[in-house]
Amino acid sequence: MAKTKLILSFIPYADIAKLDSQKRIKKILDIILKGRIVILQGRLNPVEEASLIQSTMALVGRVKDFRGVELAVINPSEKEAFFEKIKTNLARVLIGQRDALTVIGPASVVKEIKRDPSKVELMFKK
Amino acid sequence: MVIKIIRDFFKRIFTEIFEKKKDIVLGFYGPPNAGKTSLANRICKDWTGEELGTVSRIPHETRKVQFKEKVDIKYKENSLVFKLIDTPGIATKIDYEDFLKFKIKKRDAKQRAKEATQGVIEAIKWLDDVDAVVVVLDSTQNPYSQVNITIIGNLVARKIPVLIVANKIDMKKSDLKRCEAAFPEYDVVGLSAKYGTNMEEFYESLFRLTKKVKKRK
Repeated sequence: MAKTKLILSFIPYADIAKLDSQKRIKKILDIILKGRIVILQGRLNPVEEASLIQSTMALVGRVKDFRGVELAVINPSEKEAFFEKIKTNLARVLIGQRDALTVIGPASVVKEIKRDPSKVELMFKK
Repeated sequence: MVIKIIRDFFKRIFTEIFEKKKDIVLGFYGPPNAGKTSLANRICKDWTGEELGTVSRIPHETRKVQFKEKVDIKYKENSLVFKLIDTPGIATKIDYEDFLKFKIKKRDAKQRAKEATQGVIEAIKWLDDVDAVVVVLDSTQNPYSQVNITIIGNLVARKIPVLIVANKIDMKKSDLKRCEAAFPEYDVVGLSAKYGTNMEEFYESLFRLTKKVKKRK
């Protein structure tokens, strides 16, 4: 039976803290295009997340076998009312949250990321 | 000095009157197949007699932003004119193979995927041009998806008023309470765009939402 390698790349917050939004997105997508899963310490702000989706869509169809990404943010302090935090603590969201973890993987590798308030499940493609 | 104060006063009054007459640009956002076009069609049919776009069970049926100008909606004694913007579903991945399940030819599926990716890019660009947004969710699906979080996060960051619609309440798997629990900060209206169920509550919430738009202007 053939074994397939699954590589996770961890990006500490310090590595992206001083980068502008475009460079952050490029750094993440460069890793994903190698077929790796990115575990990012912290999170992108919502506008960066939207830009990441736009950049991803621009690559679908241009890069062979690239179909997009699966993305989830895990925040240990967030439970069912994590939207409350977005609203009340917007400034913090905009500059990034170090205590959160963002998981981003190529859709061709990660089948699905199921998220509910207390857990995240990653399902991989065989 | 006095002339300047009088001039500024009239300018402000005129601007306020003019702005109140401006149509409210209302965007419909959400993941694919949540029923954005069905809801936009329902509203358009209710108030103009015409539909806005075609609907399909195949995801990414709407691949270009669609508009309907001058939709005059009345609720109780009030009346407001909207410009409706129906956007393609926002997704983080688009796989042409998913369309093959619906017996679409491979070539057509690839074309559909290509157009859908452009649609997502266009939909996100339009976030800069809407006054208020109705986020349409499929109430049979998990509301905690990252796409939903990203859409709402962007609306919050841009200070765009949001109304959340939990669509498809006519379906057995529908879970309105789960949608309400996911978005405790927001007005969540459960409805069925397909059958027109609970549209009265939707219009009531929509008019409440427009009050926040006026405050923004």
